[in-house]
Amino acid sequence: MKRYFGRKLLIYLLTFFLAVTIDWMIPRFMPGDPVSNMLTRTSVNSNAYEVMYDYYSHVFGLDVPVWQQYLNFWASLFRGDLGISTYLFPTPVTEVLLRAVPYDIALLVPAILVGWYAGNKFGAFAARSKWLDNTISPLGYILTATPYMWLGILLAWFLGIVVGIFPIAGAYSFSLAPSFSWKFIGSVLHHWFLPFVSLLLVEFGGWAIGMRNLIIYELEADYSKYLQSLGATNKLIRNYAFNNAVLPQITGLALKLGVIVAGALVTEVVFSYPGIGYLLLQAIQNQDYFLIQGCFLFIIIGVLLANFIIDILYIIVDPRTRRGMMGEAS
Amino acid sequence: MKKEKKQNELIYFAFRNVKLIIGLAIILFFLVLAVIGPMLTDNDPFDFVNPLGAQPPSSEYWFGTTFFGQDVFSQFVHGLRATFIVGLFGGGLGTLIGILIGFVAGYRGGIVDEILNVLTNIVLVIPTLAVLLIIAAYLEVRSIFTELIFIGFTAWPWTARAIRAQTFSLRTREFVDLAKLSGMKPLRIIFTEIAPNMMSYLLLVFILQFGGAILIAATLDFIGLGPTNAISLGLMMQFSVIWGAMQLGTWWWFIPPGLAITAIVGALYIMNVGLDEVFNPKLREM
Repeated sequence: MKRYFGRKLLIYLLTFFLAVTIDWMIPRFMPGDPVSNMLTRTSVNSNAYEVMYDYYSHVFGLDVPVWQQYLNFWASLFRGDLGISTYLFPTPVTEVLLRAVPYDIALLVPAILVGWYAGNKFGAFAARSKWLDNTISPLGYILTATPYMWLGILLAWFLGIVVGIFPIAGAYSFSLAPSFSWKFIGSVLHHWFLPFVSLLLVEFGGWAIGMRNLIIYELEADYSKYLQSLGATNKLIRNYAFNNAVLPQITGLALKLGVIVAGALVTEVVFSYPGIGYLLLQAIQNQDYFLIQGCFLFIIIGVLLANFIIDILYIIVDPRTRRGMMGEAS
Repeated sequence: MKKEKKQNELIYFAFRNVKLIIGLAIILFFLVLAVIGPMLTDNDPFDFVNPLGAQPPSSEYWFGTTFFGQDVFSQFVHGLRATFIVGLFGGGLGTLIGILIGFVAGYRGGIVDEILNVLTNIVLVIPTLAVLLIIAAYLEVRSIFTELIFIGFTAWPWTARAIRAQTFSLRTREFVDLAKLSGMKPLRIIFTEIAPNMMSYLLLVFILQFGGAILIAATLDFIGLGPTNAISLGLMMQFSVIWGAMQLGTWWWFIPPGLAITAIVGALYIMNVGLDEVFNPKLREM
């Protein structure tokens, strides 16, 4: 177990290191120069250009050797300093992002947990049961193939505009100020519901399909046949099959996290929900590079943390990892 | 003689498999539309052809027009082309890289495997989209080609992992030992002894990569980092949301692109399950 954990930790540290390096490298080595880009956009006259250029290079710390820029980048990162947002000037990027993160957590955590649980349950029911399989499986395939934003657009358009029972923008009513009143909390939930459901539905489809297919494999496995020949009840065999099929689904959750987060980003864009996804769109449209880089780092850190939690969960659920038999699979 | 019989059997089960046939039919339908669709319209996807602005579908504009009076049908069929190109080549590239890394890691083992494994795990944990995002954000001009290259180079890890595991179990079989004894080079063993034994698996992997690439491209386009010089289904959805198609009720702007992506990706997934049943006798429903 120690070996398994050590390896995982090493991978995460390496990943984080690599991610920060990418975050530092790309703006510096991509074609085009951010400072001159910025200056051309504000069209300063040619005399002032050089002075301004030097000034901004100094402000952004671009006038020291490359290796020192890299070290400075790490140093400021550990101070929690990710630069100043130009789009929301003069708010620091860290502050902008910390304000957005709660909305992401509120959307993602329930959608992932409920979607995973419900999908697995329904998928297990659907396997080898004629009429459930004929209803849940096609629905699951359609849902999991749906692009997140399209389902969001459909829900927002139909329930928000045509039927008109849900708001389609913001995290709470624009007429309310944040407070701890029932009215405000109700408004928050009202705004949260549609983005949550649209994320949940896509998730549900994927897990249901995955579970259905895994159970079918398990029911065809030798141990199931053996149990059957011993006269075990169907329920018992299915329970064993489920326990075995749930393990790959946990690994699958870790693998799919990136996709789910991407889904949340675009869902937020559809509903103008003020999480990181919505910020990102604003940052891209306003060419706020510090904010883009900050979003990138926050997403990576979030996904790494979630992966780590899933690893711990896996050790709890799968007895083999505890006995140190998983060296190969890490 | 025996091989021929096995092939006949596969074809027999393939034609009896409803899932495979439905999936294939949907894909072919959209593929044909993507190929001949652009020839059916004279309007450029970005031209402002209708001075009245957003108009519902009519005999002149089959899918209606956008807020700016652009022909939605023209955007749709051109976007469909982009979707197939990104899916086929982006997904293809992802499959190829995954296969190569998986083969080498699985066959070689030892230190090479360790290094490739760490690399795979790192790329596996990094959310692909975040990396694509930051690269795309700094590129001023983006094309469908750059998009598919990015997608291919970030989508391979799960494939590499799966292929590695398969190679691992195949490389200890007798026929591989025999090939080694006869002095075959490792690369030839991989391509003449190991690869043919997982041909069906490779096909399934490619189909999943195909669908995945389409969805990633749609996400990138939607968030504003799609091609700057072309139209795509994801871009159509982005434009429709930015210009208030939901609020204005111009549903013909956002329904076709999403519906097409859902249908294509869903058909690919269903095809995948159908093929799995054809190749794996245990899964066939009697």
